[in-house]
Amino acid sequence: MAQVSIRKITKAYEGAIQVVKGVDLEIADEEFVVLVGPSGCGKSTTLRMIAGLEEITSGEIWIGGNMVNDVPPRDRDIAMVFQNYALYPHMSVFDNMAFGLKLRKFPKDEIKRRVDEAARILDITPLLARKPKALSGGQRQRVAMGRAIVRNPKVFLFDEPLSNLDAKLRVQMRTEIKKVHQTVRTTTVYVTHDQVEAMTLADRVVVMNGGIIEQVGPPQELYHRPRTRFVAGFIGSPAMNFIPCRLVNGGDSLSLRLSDQITLPVPADRKARFAPYKDKAMLLGLRPEHLTELREQGKENVVRMDVDLDVTEPMGMETLVHFHIDGTPLCGRVDPSAPAVPGTRMPMSADLNHLHLIEPESGVIV
Amino acid sequence: MSAATAASGAVPATPRSHGSLSRQRRWALYGSYAALAVFVVMFLAPPFYMLMTSLKSAHEISAEHGNPWYAHHPVLSNYTELLTSPAFLMYFWNSIKTTVVVVIVSMVISVLAAFSMARMKFWGSQTIATGIFLTYLLPESLLFIPMFQIIGKFGLINNAWSMVLVWPTLAVPFCTWIMIGYFNSIPRELDEAALIDGAGWFQMLMKIFVPVAMPGIIAATIFAFTVSWGDFLYPMAYLYSSNQMVLTVGVVSDLVRGDVFQWGKIMAGSLMAAAPPVIIYAFLMDYYVAGLTAGATKG
Repeated sequence: MAQVSIRKITKAYEGAIQVVKGVDLEIADEEFVVLVGPSGCGKSTTLRMIAGLEEITSGEIWIGGNMVNDVPPRDRDIAMVFQNYALYPHMSVFDNMAFGLKLRKFPKDEIKRRVDEAARILDITPLLARKPKALSGGQRQRVAMGRAIVRNPKVFLFDEPLSNLDAKLRVQMRTEIKKVHQTVRTTTVYVTHDQVEAMTLADRVVVMNGGIIEQVGPPQELYHRPRTRFVAGFIGSPAMNFIPCRLVNGGDSLSLRLSDQITLPVPADRKARFAPYKDKAMLLGLRPEHLTELREQGKENVVRMDVDLDVTEPMGMETLVHFHIDGTPLCGRVDPSAPAVPGTRMPMSADLNHLHLIEPESGVIV
Repeated sequence: MSAATAASGAVPATPRSHGSLSRQRRWALYGSYAALAVFVVMFLAPPFYMLMTSLKSAHEISAEHGNPWYAHHPVLSNYTELLTSPAFLMYFWNSIKTTVVVVIVSMVISVLAAFSMARMKFWGSQTIATGIFLTYLLPESLLFIPMFQIIGKFGLINNAWSMVLVWPTLAVPFCTWIMIGYFNSIPRELDEAALIDGAGWFQMLMKIFVPVAMPGIIAATIFAFTVSWGDFLYPMAYLYSSNQMVLTVGVVSDLVRGDVFQWGKIMAGSLMAAAPPVIIYAFLMDYYVAGLTAGATKG
């Protein structure tokens, strides 16, 4: 059990290419932190620096109160689960899990006790005698997790552990990982490019982009109060709509002018915040679930908007509708019973209580 | 077959028949077998002739009549005489002891060298890897004179153990090359997992790389064995007394006295000398192929 501190770490290859540009992160004991971001954002490199598999160009990493910059991986008391499992192909499941303990000269009965315990947690007891090639993808991933659990390390590191699994198994293993963490309570750093995985697993999500941290926070906070355009667009599926607009004076109040036909009023509680951006070209951010079929008319800040539907995608529990305003493609989520027909005009509700206003140049949400 | 025939019959408008797929396949098979048959005959005719000659008496060999490809009165005397001759057994023993030591020495060197070059990316490792391959391209006939001087300096001329110094120059470069290829085909996450599990470099090599790369190691071992066992030039140049000779040279020098060729025994001796590699290949052929093609298909 340990906390992890990452202080201003950077990673540069060959002196020139900087992939991690000063990451600061405090991870509490027993916390499950997920690093998420598009490929090349530096999340895996950060994880590998925590593991000791990559050298740190500058900055410090502390694990459990010790600075580990120059400590080799085996002495950092960490365990890592890899994307391609990295099981030792010539060893049985038992030996795969026992390998680290054997190298550390644990007594035989202690090794057996720990492996049996981990196998029980992961439900792989019947597989202990098998070789990795006789296992399915999901079983291999469990063994890889078992190898981490038996060591009882200070920190678990997961490097995209579910990316090689098919969609159904991925969802199942996601739950499994969460369950394991609730059982063993080991501090965990988990890397993924899948924002759904990040949201569902994390105590706190770290969104990375271009080698820096965009925002750190609990999943709900990132979803409802993103601080940058990148976080707003990355978290949530389908992604948030961004609509170019201009903040104008409409009588005694501010409004957002989307096109010649559509002008939306700014909710009263935001007026003061938005006022400095008057007459500027801005971006309106609105999640698809806040663009619905006509409903909650009369509720404050819910306005009607008539749109021409381009495409509809029935998902069963909802229907995604695609339309555009002045050439900007938008997506809304409507009730499956709503009369959404492509090529027709549909009255919709926009819930402006949830709008975000973004300054386009800086990408900062106002 | 019947389905294919029906299908081609159903298209009467086609001006010229191109034949069905199965027919083309059949012709391809015939062609392959014909070509293979030619090769089999070409490659097996000499050993067959050797076998027949080894079964003939000296009298039958020198006879001017009769089919030379067939032993009319087969005798085993060539074999029994060799196997009871102390000189021949001495050659055999010299070949075995030197080859075994050479194989062990070569494999230890090349596995360690290949591991360091495949995984410990040190400064200049790529250049050294290329350099090792280039040394393999140097022909024996170019090396044996300078090597003669070196062996001479060590005072090992006419000593069977000198082969332990000489043959690794043939075996190590190629074996290292095979092993580099094989080690490179092992995913890097495997060493990282071992590193985190607490293994040092040597433990990683012995507990992960050697077992996983076993097919490659077997292939390299077979190669080291074959080049040492079958080498002629070096022992010919460095060994001259009967008690130090190895099989390849011994058979020829002992059984050719002046202009008298004891053909029956030469053939019997050569066949017996060829037996160990043949037996090894027969049992480990699959590993050999797997080892040489590693990296081509393995991810």
